[in-house]
Formats: sequence, C-alpha cells, structure tokens
Amino acid sequence: MAKIKTIIDGIEVEVERDSWAIDVARELGIDIPTLCYHPALGPYGACRLCVVEVTKSKWTWLATACDLPIREELSIKTNTPEVIRSRKMAMELIMARAPRAESLFPLAEKLGVTKPRFKCRDDIGNCILCGLCVRMCDQIIGVSAINFANRGHKRIVTTPLHKKADKCIGCNVCVEVCPTGHVKTLDDGSFRHMQTWDADLEMLHCLICDKPYIPAKQFKVISDKLEGIELKRICPVCRRKETVDNLRYAVVEKVS
Amino acid sequence: MNNIQEKPDLTEVERIIAKYNGKDSWLVMILQDIQEAYNYLPEPTLELVAEKLNIPLSRVHSVATFYSSLSLQERGRHVIRVCDGTACHLKGFVNLRDEIERQTGLTEGQTTPDKRFSFEVVACLGACAIAPVMSVGNDYHGEMSAEKIKDVLSKYK
Repeated sequence: MAKIKTIIDGIEVEVERDSWAIDVARELGIDIPTLCYHPALGPYGACRLCVVEVTKSKWTWLATACDLPIREELSIKTNTPEVIRSRKMAMELIMARAPRAESLFPLAEKLGVTKPRFKCRDDIGNCILCGLCVRMCDQIIGVSAINFANRGHKRIVTTPLHKKADKCIGCNVCVEVCPTGHVKTLDDGSFRHMQTWDADLEMLHCLICDKPYIPAKQFKVISDKLEGIELKRICPVCRRKETVDNLRYAVVEKVS
Repeated sequence: MNNIQEKPDLTEVERIIAKYNGKDSWLVMILQDIQEAYNYLPEPTLELVAEKLNIPLSRVHSVATFYSSLSLQERGRHVIRVCDGTACHLKGFVNLRDEIERQTGLTEGQTTPDKRFSFEVVACLGACAIAPVMSVGNDYHGEMSAEKIKDVLSKYK
C-alpha cells in the first residue's frame, strides 16, 4: 500500500491511503470531539463536532474528520479559530435539540457553550439523531429493529410504524452507544423491557446460578451466528468461574 | 375504533414488486406505484414490500415517511396542493389558503370525512410563472384568486 504524507497540527506523518483523518489524528494523541463516531461503524458525519481545517495547495476549507479520507497530501489543523467557532455552533444546535442531556454538559462547556441562543426543544427527549443506535442495530447486530422516520425537524428514531419493536432482540447495544442516555432499558427479573422501543423480552436463566442474564431472542441470534457450535447457557460470571476452574485443573494435572 | 378492519387486496402490490424484479434499489418507485394504486400506503402493503424485497420493515418505514409525497394516512380522492413558494407567497398564497380552509373546512394535512378532498401546503409546484398556483390531483390551476376557488373545487366530486 502506498504511504501518503500528511501534516496534522504541524506533525508530519505517513499514513496508508484512505485512512480516515480522525483515526490518524487520534493516533497522534490529538483530541477531536465526536458524538456520532464509533470505530466499529463506518463514517457518518452527523454531529459536525469533528470539523477540522484542511489545506490542499492553496485551498483551505472545513471538513468533518470522521469522513475525510486521506488520499493526497493534506495539511490538517484541528485548533484554528474557524474550527473552534464551527464546533461551538454545532454544539449549540445539539444542545438546543436536547437541552436536558446532562451527559453532554461537560463537552458543551469545553467547547464554550453554556446556554444555546436558539429556542430549545423539549418534546423529543434527549435524542440528538447521531444515528449510532440505528447503525449499530442494522450494521453490527443485523436486526434493524429501529430506524429514522420523517424528515427535517420532525425526524425521530422509532420502530417500524411506531408499533412495538417485534424485531428487537433486547441486546441493549442501542442503550450502550447512546451518547445522551435517551434510549432506556430496564431489567425486571425474567423480563427485559426496552422502554424506548416498547418491547418486552423474556430472559433466559443461567444454568448454573439461575440468574436471568440474556433475552431468549438474543441467545437465538447468537446461536444462529455460531453455525453449529453450541453456545452454553451460562452467564458471564459463571463462565469466568468455569474457565478459571478448568485452567486450575489443567495446571494441577500437569504438575502432578 | 372498528375492530374488523377490511383487509386490502394485496395482489396489486405483488404485481408492482414483480414489475421491478423485486429489487430493493427500486424501493421509492415501488412505493410511488403503490400509492398510485391505493391512494396512500396502507400498513400491510409496507409489510409485504419489506418481506418481498428482503429488507427490514424499519427501512421501508423510514423511506416512506421521509418523502412528503408519500402518505401513510388515507387521503381524499382529490388532493389539493397549494403552493407556498416565494412567488406564490407574494402573489397571495395566504388568501388562497384561507379560502380553501373556509370552503372545505380543512386545515393543512387534513382530509374531509367524505374522503373527497385532502389539503396540503407545498413548497413549490414548479410553475412560478403562473403564480399563485394550486393543483388538484394532477391538474394545475394557475393565476388563482380566492374568488375562483369555489368554481375550481366544484369540478371535483
């Protein structure tokens, strides 16, 4: 693979062709804020917080670093007044959409946003439409139980036809990746309630400790992906114990 | 609510999907054709499209709700569209809208109980030269005024 020279904040590096600018910058220890980026997913460019200033020969422009492939020699600056101004505006708009998303406050403060100038929405919860849950569900889990609906200011993440999410397997990935805590779930004994998607999933119990630990639907999806390899119905805690025990016996046998 | 809902005849949907060889890249055209046939997109048709094209229902729903020309609600036999583009807005869109609201008793996005008319406000009908414009179904009516509306609407039963 051809290496391409590029300069980020004055540091000259050689990178593989088509590396994403954000990965290169982060590898150099340069801090770039993001809300819609996840290393497991492809570039998306929704939150606009990762903008950087790009210079190619005599042209300079702002670009989102998460979907900027490095194909030729570029000079990238991540801390110019233009970049700071642009990030601040993006954050202000995000805060106006989800004014009560407390997990965003530290980042907002860091970018210099305390109170957005714009009229704040209060009818859509904390969703900032980063699309992480939608993309995870579709691209990684392969279930696609949720997606966007509508357009413009009416855009929301929802279940098909706004009904109960019957495709949802209760894997909780959407809850894990949500940057604002908008997606909610509740484990209640033998049921997992995906509150935001209105789905109730029956849990399977660990065969050793009898604690409910995985929704039956998720267990089935994983089993199907393993194609013939048997998935033991053991919770992570018991599995760890079992592995350690097996290891111990193996060592004892070898020593004696 | 009526519990015994009439199940729509879905053979037409199957014919439309077959016409596009069941390819998911034709999703928008398929939805347009279904809307042409059924006047809106009934839920069972979306479910059938997802199943036949082998794509998630959530994606079909996402596309169907994205375009304002596709409707998931049942609409009237004649859809009144009033243009609120720049030219039409300046030449009296507000008067047209108010008059239509008075004549039909509808506000934007509603349908008359007898399913005769639906009323929509759109951004541009692409006929600025004859502003202000409204369209009923596929017919364009240019250089409109509030006085002409009653005559125009009376042509559509």
